[in-house]
Amino acid sequence: MEKTWNNKAWFMVLPVLVLVAFSAVIPLMTVVNYSVQDTFGNNQFFWAGTDWFIQVLQSDRFWDALTRNLIFSGIILAIEIPLGILIALNMPKTGLGVPFCLVFMSLPLLIPWNVVGTIWQVFGRVDIGLLGYTLDAIGIPYNYVNNVFDAWVTLIVMDIWHWTSLVVLLCYAGLVSIPDAYYQAAKIDGASRWAVFRYIQLPKMKRVLLIAFLLRFMDSFMIYTEPFVVTGGGPGNATTFLSIDLVKTAIGQFDLGPAAALSLIYFLIILLLSWIFYTVMTNSDAQS
Amino acid sequence: MLELKNITKVVGADTHIHSTDLVLERGSLNVLLGPTLSGKTSLMRLMAGLDKPTTGTISFDGKDVTGVRVQDRSVAMVYQQFINYPAMTVYENIASPMRISGKDAATIDREVRKAAELMKLTPYLERTPLNLSGGQQQRTALARAIVKNASLVLLDEPLANLDYKLREELREELPKLFAAAGSIFVYATTEPQEALLLGGHTATMHQGRISQFGPTISVYRKPADIVTAKTFADPPLNTLDVVKSGNTFERGGLSVLPVPAHLAGIADGAYTIAFHPHHLSLARPHDTAATLKARIIISEIAGSESFIHVDCAGSRWVMLEHGIHDIEPDTAIELFIDTRHLMAFGPDGRAIGGSAASQTVRGA
Repeated sequence: MEKTWNNKAWFMVLPVLVLVAFSAVIPLMTVVNYSVQDTFGNNQFFWAGTDWFIQVLQSDRFWDALTRNLIFSGIILAIEIPLGILIALNMPKTGLGVPFCLVFMSLPLLIPWNVVGTIWQVFGRVDIGLLGYTLDAIGIPYNYVNNVFDAWVTLIVMDIWHWTSLVVLLCYAGLVSIPDAYYQAAKIDGASRWAVFRYIQLPKMKRVLLIAFLLRFMDSFMIYTEPFVVTGGGPGNATTFLSIDLVKTAIGQFDLGPAAALSLIYFLIILLLSWIFYTVMTNSDAQS
Repeated sequence: MLELKNITKVVGADTHIHSTDLVLERGSLNVLLGPTLSGKTSLMRLMAGLDKPTTGTISFDGKDVTGVRVQDRSVAMVYQQFINYPAMTVYENIASPMRISGKDAATIDREVRKAAELMKLTPYLERTPLNLSGGQQQRTALARAIVKNASLVLLDEPLANLDYKLREELREELPKLFAAAGSIFVYATTEPQEALLLGGHTATMHQGRISQFGPTISVYRKPADIVTAKTFADPPLNTLDVVKSGNTFERGGLSVLPVPAHLAGIADGAYTIAFHPHHLSLARPHDTAATLKARIIISEIAGSESFIHVDCAGSRWVMLEHGIHDIEPDTAIELFIDTRHLMAFGPDGRAIGGSAASQTVRGA
């Protein structure tokens, strides 16, 4: 049959092209536009070249915020991944407990970020918050407003409370997909509980763990709402992460050029780190 | 010697295994033959010690092992799914049972290489199971069972998920492997053909009961009851309810078949007669074959054989014919039945009368 040649196919992809253009390409290019120019309003632009990038990369403010981000993500991953696996391993696999556990685990995931922030902001307050007041009353000094350590602990506990469920649910999905025959075979071999975990459950969970790891890394690296609501980046700059710094620069100080440069650098860092994680983890998968 | 005495298994309201007695000899190859859900796997799990029987005792070489945990017995098991440790190499997989039992490195290496040679896995020892074909994965699982040198080796439909060619190849090798070791082998399958090819002893299972246990060929030739005969027939057994009157089998007062010599001695009365599809034919096989009128329902061509479904005297039968026979549905035909192989079962389902004539299992 003769092939028909026409340009109709373009109409098919047009909606997607328009959507992506307006939701991603145009905003991104606007940011690129701002990052290489200087403006004082009135739509007057002056070419700035790489000045803003150099300024951002040379500022202590940027490197401090980036360090905070990396430490925060590191702590989050180091706690949430093992904790998620541990909880998933102990969840029931059959019976009435399953739907109960699943719903219970999903609850924190259903709460919007800023609500989670507000809950903990109130919860931790020394004057009226249940947690803050109780700790204070039993003699443990706790105040996330003026103590750096307390502020960090609050943010970390809050994130764990909010997001460990995601790791649990992903791991659980990996665990229930393991056929029962594997456990039987291990039992017949006389394999220990640890061996079953190390040689059957962990390898079988590998793929979902990779996804959990990437999701939690990207999400925690982009953290904004919770510290914004709870600590506002303080005390001092102790919880000023890159995202908060970005908003302060862009909206607080209206330094559009440096803010645009910062957001591009921020974007590239996340892209780069995610790519590194993905490559390392999938490579080790192919080797083993 | 593995001895099951009065074993039952009840789970909730369901009885998975009805009272069962079974004695398996050392060095024997035993087939559990039955359809899906007939209790083969449940029985194997009881033999292994993965489940505790609800009642009854299991003894091994005279010692009661009913309450002994599976890891403290000497058991190896291979499943329908290909079960290996996913992150270990083939070498480590085969070595794993010996590592747990604490063998020294030299012994492990020797045994692994021997088993790998036997299962043709030598080139793949450094790969992980995911990088192997299904057949190689199952060979790995079989090699793990071999090196364990267990006194009881349970194979639960091990070839069911393999393609046809591999299945034939492995099925040929398995009895040889079994013969070499002195363990008790139990092999579960849904396919009568597989049981016949493996030989040894067969226990036919039906709805949680062992209907018959004995040398495979004699269970096939002389089933003790109609349930066994049906379990051990693929394509399905043809049956017809008849009344014996003198030297004819009648149905609704009309003579259907002459009574063959080996059944001449049985009393007059109601029987179910049965025979295998390959005992029906379109051409007269020999002088004593009886003739019947039938109507074609459908003919299925399976390679060099044809399954011809016919309606005869109100019963639906299958005929297995060599060659390609594509006959239009609804055609009236005359078919021949080799009455020397007729089996007769009483109203209670028990086999009646003289044994069917000694025969070679044709096209089993």
